[in-house]
Amino acid sequence: MNDKKQKRPFRNRFRSWFDGDTQTFDHVMPMHAQEEHQLSEEERKEYEEEYAQMRERVFHVEHNREIWLFRKCFEIMGIVLCVLMICVLLIAVSYLPPTGNADNPANNEVSQLYVEHGIEDTGAVNSVTGMILSYRAFDTFGETNVLFISGCCVMILLLLDHKAQKNSAIANDRFYEPKNDVILQQVARILVPIVFIFSIYVMLNGHLSPGGGFSGGAMMGAGMILYVCAFGFDKTRRFFSERVYTSVKVTALVLYGVMITYYYIMGANGLENHIPLGTPGAILSAGLILPIDLVVGLQVACTMYAFYALFRRGGF
Amino acid sequence: MDIICNFPCISIVMCILGGIVSSALKGRAAKYLNAVLLVCVTVMSACVFGYTMMTGDSFTYVMGRFPAPWGNELRAGVLEGGMALFFCTIMMLCLFGGQEKLREEVEPQKLNLYYILCDLLLSSLLSLVYTNDMFTAYVFIEINTISACGLIMISQTGRTIEAATRYMIMSLLGSGMILLSICMLYDMTGHLLMENIHETLTASVTAGHFHVPLMITIGMICVGIAIKSALFPFHTWLPDAYGYSTVSSAAILSSLVSKGYIFLLIKVIYRVIGFDVIYASRVTDILFVFGLAGMIMGSLSAIKENDIFRMTAFSSVAQIGYIYMGFGLGTQAAMVASIFHILSHAVTKALLFLSASGLADVSGGSRHFIDLTGSAYRNKMAGVAFGAGALSMVGIPLFSGFISKLLFAEAAVRNSGKMLPALIVLAVSTILNAIYFMKTVIRIYTPAQSEQASVPVKKQKLFAAATVCLIALNVFLGLCSDWVVDLIGTGLGMFV
Repeated sequence: MNDKKQKRPFRNRFRSWFDGDTQTFDHVMPMHAQEEHQLSEEERKEYEEEYAQMRERVFHVEHNREIWLFRKCFEIMGIVLCVLMICVLLIAVSYLPPTGNADNPANNEVSQLYVEHGIEDTGAVNSVTGMILSYRAFDTFGETNVLFISGCCVMILLLLDHKAQKNSAIANDRFYEPKNDVILQQVARILVPIVFIFSIYVMLNGHLSPGGGFSGGAMMGAGMILYVCAFGFDKTRRFFSERVYTSVKVTALVLYGVMITYYYIMGANGLENHIPLGTPGAILSAGLILPIDLVVGLQVACTMYAFYALFRRGGF
Repeated sequence: MDIICNFPCISIVMCILGGIVSSALKGRAAKYLNAVLLVCVTVMSACVFGYTMMTGDSFTYVMGRFPAPWGNELRAGVLEGGMALFFCTIMMLCLFGGQEKLREEVEPQKLNLYYILCDLLLSSLLSLVYTNDMFTAYVFIEINTISACGLIMISQTGRTIEAATRYMIMSLLGSGMILLSICMLYDMTGHLLMENIHETLTASVTAGHFHVPLMITIGMICVGIAIKSALFPFHTWLPDAYGYSTVSSAAILSSLVSKGYIFLLIKVIYRVIGFDVIYASRVTDILFVFGLAGMIMGSLSAIKENDIFRMTAFSSVAQIGYIYMGFGLGTQAAMVASIFHILSHAVTKALLFLSASGLADVSGGSRHFIDLTGSAYRNKMAGVAFGAGALSMVGIPLFSGFISKLLFAEAAVRNSGKMLPALIVLAVSTILNAIYFMKTVIRIYTPAQSEQASVPVKKQKLFAAATVCLIALNVFLGLCSDWVVDLIGTGLGMFV
């Protein structure tokens, strides 16, 4: 049957489809079906005994009333503490000024200036982007570094550096998952370019419409993860290896750091800022906001993808 | 504006950029970059410190084009400059002293990650010291928490990962509380900048608004920072985190990370909420009680401990208790004593951790007291250093620990209500300190029967240099305490 199929593929496939005995994934999608682990009666007994022994030894549940008491108290205290904390917070909120009231302390000269002079100060039509990348640029720089440092911590935990471990992780990467899933690949072929283009649009339009570096970068990262799921790491590594990851990440963050330092020092010393703000609403406007959005987006995309790759198989 | 005013901003950004560049470097290069960075930042902080002393006034630095209530700001006075200088120095000594150990315990491919964490930790400490904005403080608290977790788990054994997880959970709880209280402060005042919050809050307190939420906010911010700096009932993450991580990490965590948070609390007390409001809210009494409890309980746990690292870690709980007791006394003098104790404890604890690791190395890597017998003879430098650290902790004159205890006692005498409990607990805690530290010193100077290889000083030059510097700093704090206390006083004066 198989030989025949390979000789005259179309006709036979049509035939078998017509007859209704098609196996769509034959020869296309190698995969191992994951079987549920079945314990035999003996194994199960042994396991249960072991568990009981361990429980006995570690907790002395039968003999050690103290630990039993402690655990009960711990649970009760935990619940009581949570309820108390909720009550305290609700009480605090009930005394705070009501939402949306015009006389709230939060509606002061600060937000007024952001709303009224935001465009002429920063050149950004989207005043949220203008605020986080211009008025409060230092916080945002810190926030980007939170992402960077959490990436480093995940690398400490999950990055495999022994060759053998790495190879086995690579070999077993797709053990229980379908390889070359046709549906996924076709969908990805259509979706990934759209996701990429949309993410670039969101990054470039951060100063004009809702969006910006963080959201655009997250989308781009999601697009890359979709691509990896569909086509595997081998194909992805052609354009995104560990070297590319490191160089993109470092270049983006260093550029960000240099730009933001320029902005701080020029601003603080009262020197003239040589970067024109442009006409608000044009794509090339808002001074440093556009390039910063771009580099933040690249960094976020890299970090998202790196998280996925590290959690999946401890490397790129 | 003088060029020195740019230095706080430049040093923070430089640390961050150094960390970023390190992620593309190999371990050795990252190490050298880190050393260069530390030296540069130390010099810059010294300049800021000298500059503020010369002008006798603090300065604010606008981060960007937009001033006070709209943009971010840094602020530097004598206390900030001094703290930054001190933090950089201690970090440098910790890293140099633990370098050899680091090479053994960290996988070579991940060494550069360690230095990234150190660079970013330093940047976050500097930002916590210099910031004039509550939200910036929160952002850098996040960086501080995550990098501290990384520092704990860099030597990947089961214990360190467990310790890091525990630290993460507790610390995130603290961060969450701090974030909630910042939100509530914003809701009540509409500002994030410390001075503006203070102004608006004072107005609303005199008008009698927002009494309940303000009390809850004060409580949450104090509890949040207390969790992060391991005040007594929240100290359970501490012994494992300090006891099992690599020695540089332990020294940095105990002497810098928790102190950064405490410094932030001082800023909150003086510059955000106001000393009088905090004092009137009676939260100081609660801090006082828990500080006293920590002084006793930390020492008792340390006495029970059989492991030299965990013993030193538990002693940190007691010392943090001293600092909070100073806050609880609620006078200017007690605050000065607390800040002096921050310095004194940082110097001493770094010394103790470094020398304990030296002692454990010559005892076959074992950290138990039985095996440490006679280890001071095998590693003379570590023995002397541990002895000096122990003497300082107990409070022998000539060392800094004596001065901080003296300052605490003086401050307690001037506070009539809390004098008796403070003095009694101070005395008891000193005796308990003496019990476990002297036990250790006697143990390491008891000649051992078994012959084990000894390490000459020549073989560990960096370690010896670091410990000598730490001892010298300790003695300097002990001898020139008048100058230091005066400086702290002027620095606190600049806070208001």
